[in-house]
Amino acid sequence: MGILDFFKSKPKNTANVAKERLRIIVAQERAQRGSPDYLPTLRRELLEVIKKYVNVDPDAVIINVERDGEHEVLELSVALPEKGAALASEG
Amino acid sequence: MTEIIVVTSGKGGVGKTTTSASLAVGLARREKKVAVIDFDVGLRNLDLIMGCERRVVYDFVNVINGECTLKQALIKDKRHESLFVLAASQTRDKDALTREGVEKVLDGLREEGFDYIICDSPAGIEKGAALAMYFADRAVVVVNPEVSSVRDSDRILGLLASKTRRAELGNGGVEQHLLLTRYNPNRVESGDMMSIADVQEILGIDVVGVIPESEGVLAASNAGVPVILDESSNAGHAYDDAVARLLGESRPLRFTEAQKKGLFSRIFGG
Repeated sequence: MGILDFFKSKPKNTANVAKERLRIIVAQERAQRGSPDYLPTLRRELLEVIKKYVNVDPDAVIINVERDGEHEVLELSVALPEKGAALASEG
Repeated sequence: MTEIIVVTSGKGGVGKTTTSASLAVGLARREKKVAVIDFDVGLRNLDLIMGCERRVVYDFVNVINGECTLKQALIKDKRHESLFVLAASQTRDKDALTREGVEKVLDGLREEGFDYIICDSPAGIEKGAALAMYFADRAVVVVNPEVSSVRDSDRILGLLASKTRRAELGNGGVEQHLLLTRYNPNRVESGDMMSIADVQEILGIDVVGVIPESEGVLAASNAGVPVILDESSNAGHAYDDAVARLLGESRPLRFTEAQKKGLFSRIFGG
């Protein structure tokens, strides 16, 4: 640090910011790796069907393909809203 | 035994062709018989970096289509007896490369007794990149210490682990090496560039080389002389180290420490 640096605003450590952001996005993308291409569409269509009956949040539907030895398991989990909070169709 | 090495990255402009050219020259200097192939159909550039652009008569696709023999299409390097370049075709036909065609050419090179085949991959994850990596035994993944390059490289690592012949055969997959380019130790020290350890930690593969950011790289491509041949360039020396490591030698990393500042810059910053 030179004397003149004293008057400059101290830059943030952007390398650490980059590393943290990468760590998260890379982990997320690795988790999705190898899963079939149709999953996002399947998720969207399932959500539409479920919404006909229950008013769920878009992020309440979680789909995963897990590998269990030779088998592949499609895991589907839907978090329903709290009772009485929302019945989608009244009519 | 022929070893096929793909030089790949996902992101463009990180130094794949520069790396392919220098690795090929470095291996040829060590008495290996080397072919370096440009897989970037439609955007041929390896010939320029190797300085043989005016000697391209036949290309990769001509060989695949049987329009010439493999021997006719291989351009012998002017500086190294045992180094040959196979140029990419400038056709706009994206389907010019086929898996069968690529395999035929690689088998032909095997029969000719080549020790190493360097496959210079195009950017992206399309057909050219997929074919460049498909038959590889090893991969050199070229990465800049920068977010988009690192992320794209991780994508490529996933493809190397699944969409290659070695992965399909289940015999250990493609051996993966990380090559960092445009590395600037001073910026790493000041905290605005990710370090070697940072990138290595995120990608989780071994470092085969770290090429410092260097004016020599542009000068070398201007001249059509692979930078590894520039004795005055740190980047050239760093590439030579990488070649030695690829061949199993262990060499300490060089040019990765920040330069000590002089009295003048200590006082006035900069």
